[in-house]
Amino acid sequence: MSIKLFELLLYASIYTVAISVVSILIGFAIAILLSGMLLSKKRLFITPAQIFISFFRGVPLLVQLLLIYNMLPAIGLNVPSIVAAIVGLSLCTAAYQAENMRGGFASVPVGLIESAEMVGLTPGQIFRRIKAPIALRLTFPALVNEAILILKASSLVSVVGVIELTRMAQDLAGSTFLPLQIFAAAGLIYLVINWIVALAGDFIERSLPGVPR
Amino acid sequence: MTFDINVIRDQLPAIASGAGVTVLIWVVGTIAAAVIGFFVAVGRRFGGFLLDKVLGFIVAVLRGTPFLIQIFLVYYGGPFIGLNLDPLPAGLIGISIYGAAYYSEIFRSGFLAVPKGHIEAGECVGLTQSQIIRRILLPEMTMLVLPPSLNMAVLLMKETAVLSIITVPELTATLSAIGAQQYAFVEALTVLALFYWILVEITGRLGHLVETKLTRFRFFNA
Repeated sequence: MSIKLFELLLYASIYTVAISVVSILIGFAIAILLSGMLLSKKRLFITPAQIFISFFRGVPLLVQLLLIYNMLPAIGLNVPSIVAAIVGLSLCTAAYQAENMRGGFASVPVGLIESAEMVGLTPGQIFRRIKAPIALRLTFPALVNEAILILKASSLVSVVGVIELTRMAQDLAGSTFLPLQIFAAAGLIYLVINWIVALAGDFIERSLPGVPR
Repeated sequence: MTFDINVIRDQLPAIASGAGVTVLIWVVGTIAAAVIGFFVAVGRRFGGFLLDKVLGFIVAVLRGTPFLIQIFLVYYGGPFIGLNLDPLPAGLIGISIYGAAYYSEIFRSGFLAVPKGHIEAGECVGLTQSQIIRRILLPEMTMLVLPPSLNMAVLLMKETAVLSIITVPELTATLSAIGAQQYAFVEALTVLALFYWILVEITGRLGHLVETKLTRFRFFNA
């Protein structure tokens, strides 16, 4: 396999990383909203959030992508396939991240919240200064895990025609008749990306302050 | 946007066959993955330093690369090394090996959770290694590994949809084809999503029921 082919794969992997990063960030924002709904103690908010999470965790990502890709034109929205891909990945990761966040908020030590109330912090201050930082700190390892899952899952957007790493590998394998080398090289690139994410995650986690008990 | 369910009703036999293939791959693949994963975990625990490192490396590669890439490697790369597989066996082998990597990690942590004292006690009364595995490790860790194993089974079911890409005639492939032929994507994909959603919900609830019914069989709290 020539250097030129490997360069093409590396170039395509930029799309893989970009799509994953954007999806994780959008998913994170949606997850904040969803976990807020789950913790709201109001059926009106909890039930829709639960149905959303159940659906996006219960249906294979590939089917979600096919649905979004084919449904959007059917309701009159013609978007480029990369947008459909990002929408699909974001909604899917939002469902998983929301569950993690709910767990994080539920494990904030009650004592801390009570002492914050004692010293007269307002509910808004308690959320911003106590609950949110601790919950995010607690869910950070799960977030890194989710990032790796999404990086791998982003290979599925090749099916809706986005030219990222997997799709590029498929096209090159078809045109060069070197599927073994090319898919192995693509796998290696995924492995290195995930390895970097895991290392960076470990590094950041170690530099974050611990959680008081 | 129209929604004509008759398109689906006319194709019921084909859909049933696709659903059958999905469930078949899921059940056979999960069982095979769990069995292979168990032996990998045993090999890593008892097979010495070198075997542990080699298997650990393979597991890391399988867990660090997308399933789709692995499947492409087997299905499109296989013929170049004399491995000519039809889509269905290629998919079954793929999902078994992919799942085995995850199951081996589940069993490995199960082994680690069994208190050392129990194993040492077994060694003291003269049990052989295989007796320790069968009589102490296996029964004591079963309840610990049950929840993550059921979770993994659900993940594998969703993963079977990916096999449609290498033309395994399972449900996703069947319904996508119906959608394309009849130009009825909305109907076909809605049925498809509902099928998986219901199956995942049922499996999840059953698993939860089994877990709560069996908690009294736990040997210790870990």
